Amino acid sequence: MTTRPDATGSDIVRPDGVRPAAARPDARWVITAATGVVIILAVLGILMAGGYDTPRALAALWNGAFGSPYALFSATLVRATPLLFVGLAVGIAFRAGVLNIGAEGQLLAGAAAAVAVGLAVGAFPSLVALPLVLGAGALAGSAWAGIAGWLKLRFGVLEVISTLMLNFVAAYLVSWLVRGPLQEPTRVYPQTVELAPSVHLPALITGHRLHLGLLLAIGLAVATWWFLTHTAAGFRVRAVGAGIGAARSAGGINPSRTTALVFLASGALAGLGGASEATGVTFALYEGISPGYGYSAIAVALLARLHPLAIMLSALLFGALEAGAAAMQRDANVPSVLASVVEALIVLGVLAFDHTRARGRYT
Amino acid sequence: MSDSALALEAIDKRFGEVQALRGASLTVRRGTLHAVLGENGAGKTTLMRIAFGLMPADAGSVRIDGTPVTLASGADAIRRGLGMVHQHFTLVPAMTAAENIALGGRGRLELRAVAERVHALGERTGLRVDPSARVASLGVGAQQRVEILKALYSNARVLILDEPTAVLTPPESEELFAWLRRFVAEGGTVVLVTHKLREALAVADDVTVLRRGECVLTAPAAHLDMIALVRAVTGDEATEPFSMPDIEARAGSPPPTIPRTRNRGPCVARLAGVSARDARGVERVREVTVDCFAGEIIGLAGVEGSGVHELLRLLAGRLAPSGGVATLPPRIGFIPEDRLRDAVIEEFTLTENVALRGAGRRRGRMPWPALASLTAGLMERHDVRAPSPATRAGALSGGNQQKFVVGRELDEHPTLVVAENPVRGLDIRATTHVLRELACSAEAGSAVVFYSADIDELLPLADRMLVVFAGRVREVPVERTAVANALVGAA
Repeated sequence: MTTRPDATGSDIVRPDGVRPAAARPDARWVITAATGVVIILAVLGILMAGGYDTPRALAALWNGAFGSPYALFSATLVRATPLLFVGLAVGIAFRAGVLNIGAEGQLLAGAAAAVAVGLAVGAFPSLVALPLVLGAGALAGSAWAGIAGWLKLRFGVLEVISTLMLNFVAAYLVSWLVRGPLQEPTRVYPQTVELAPSVHLPALITGHRLHLGLLLAIGLAVATWWFLTHTAAGFRVRAVGAGIGAARSAGGINPSRTTALVFLASGALAGLGGASEATGVTFALYEGISPGYGYSAIAVALLARLHPLAIMLSALLFGALEAGAAAMQRDANVPSVLASVVEALIVLGVLAFDHTRARGRYT
Repeated sequence: MSDSALALEAIDKRFGEVQALRGASLTVRRGTLHAVLGENGAGKTTLMRIAFGLMPADAGSVRIDGTPVTLASGADAIRRGLGMVHQHFTLVPAMTAAENIALGGRGRLELRAVAERVHALGERTGLRVDPSARVASLGVGAQQRVEILKALYSNARVLILDEPTAVLTPPESEELFAWLRRFVAEGGTVVLVTHKLREALAVADDVTVLRRGECVLTAPAAHLDMIALVRAVTGDEATEPFSMPDIEARAGSPPPTIPRTRNRGPCVARLAGVSARDARGVERVREVTVDCFAGEIIGLAGVEGSGVHELLRLLAGRLAPSGGVATLPPRIGFIPEDRLRDAVIEEFTLTENVALRGAGRRRGRMPWPALASLTAGLMERHDVRAPSPATRAGALSGGNQQKFVVGRELDEHPTLVVAENPVRGLDIRATTHVLRELACSAEAGSAVVFYSADIDELLPLADRMLVVFAGRVREVPVERTAVANALVGAA
């Protein structure tokens, strides 16, 4: 017999048999927009309270993000690309109820594997080398997430803890690689040698840093959306996330199997993000290769309410925010950590509103 | 001092477009047992939640012992001597009975003192519970006693019980009512929210009936009979025999005849010497042999902990046997007891919930247009009232959700139907509908296994009765005393 809080809802029924929902699906997006407005006001408040030249700071923010072709094609979209990969990784995991907060570690594993393979296959033609390199990144990300998945399914280890801890392990692994087996031959700098041009992702626009990775990520966003909404396997992912008991009992779904697949798919997406970053932007492996994309990913995915197509927009927004914040620091002396503050506010805002909504449903 | 222990006057409550309560009033005299009746959605639970301070009313007043009060929370209500036992218990399974009872306390926690007080309270009131037992290990009846003790521990003088017998077996229900009568005789006050009219007539001093948010009847139980209650509850004049199996059986008249040919077909499912363990590895079913024949309804009874739930899951193919051989047909319809946990996903649409069936084996793409029209047809055939197949399942009332589940599981004429407490918590109309669906399913050639915690629901429908006791199954005659005796292991 089950023991649980009185959450079966009210006794209220309209004549047509429908119990009123406190917030309808469309209302969620209104709430999201409201969160945005609150956050913008908070940022303005911080700027003014800090005694900064607010108009100048805001102008720098805008110009740094969208003000010029350079801002858009060499800053905003370049930063949005890895965010889109890891945002999708977190999004698909959360949809299945897998709280993978280790996209950072999976991205690093993907970047490390991509560079390692890239150094080995540099002599091959691009058409052969690039798929190998990207495949290695995806595989490494999968394997890294797979460790947490195995721990969860075999021993019941909470993935929130294992994926988070594995982030640190991955970061130190990268440190060791770039000071040890993969270090450049002069042994001066803690980084690898630059990858051969045959394993560089081609630029999309001549003279700008934007690379093919963005198209790959957009393709994956659409594919993820299609997978979740149109395939049986994607439906199982959503069912396990939304109601594991009913998925098992009414659907005959094996939740462990679905969960395992989600760990691997999520890790692969993050790993690809790392590979795309290494072959499209940095062309080498070094310690600071990710400024915390894997952590921002959580905010990216939550703001988009885990919807793969909306994740494209939120990744763009966060890419712009980070690019703009860098410009704001240069031009108006506002610390760029403001971007992190905004990310944190977004996560808190989304969670707080979700909480209100959940409570509203039952009273 | 007023002689009303609890009085709600002209309560209005609106949820969005829905007027849940319309000037509802309820006066509970001190030292009485007051039954509140009504269909699902009549506003019973809302009224009780307002009385207990769990939600504010839009208009109207609440008085406790004649004093107008504004209750901000359940804790407020408890301080003023109210206690509530919810339909779904609010206990922490991993904690002991004493720890659960101590939960609402303040300051230093002295568990031994709490346990002693609980023990003494149990001795004094007759609600015996082992204070050191983990709640998860207690049966449903014992969990309910813990809930009541929790209320009494905070000195509740007015107890509100929401559908307390929904999960109890008949002997447990009788025990509960005997206890409630004693509590009332000693000056306590009880508000009993229930669907079961016979129950209300048998134990209540006063009865209030809610319909569509309004109080349509308040009278001493002695002045009422079943017919008057049915009319008040449904607002209907018509009472055709088969539409009211619930009422007829409870009113003590002969069980309604079900228009069935009762042709027993071939054996479609067989458990041969099957044993099974629960999630904790305890053997619950011991070398049981059961044959299910096409076209028959097997009534299954068993108290909590007897292994009846494991047996149902074995038959439904949801639990693998630890020994013996289970031969089951490929198409099985399963209606589990805990709908929101095991049958529907509230945030999914109805179409998605239909798609859930067989999702584990499905390959390739989801045929959404076909699934949507299947859902629309299913809603039509099984009287599921919702705007469209794209409505979220969570937006439906409990009765409609259950009709939806029954429809989904029966629509493709499964070879075997396993129904676990399928009418628990449903109002008369939904109950009738579900029972009729089960009967029709058997008529159409399915083997039906129907378990209910309420013998009176089983007897009119069952062709055979099986009773589970201590992990073993016994076939008994389809009659009340035989079943009641077998339930407790008596010959």
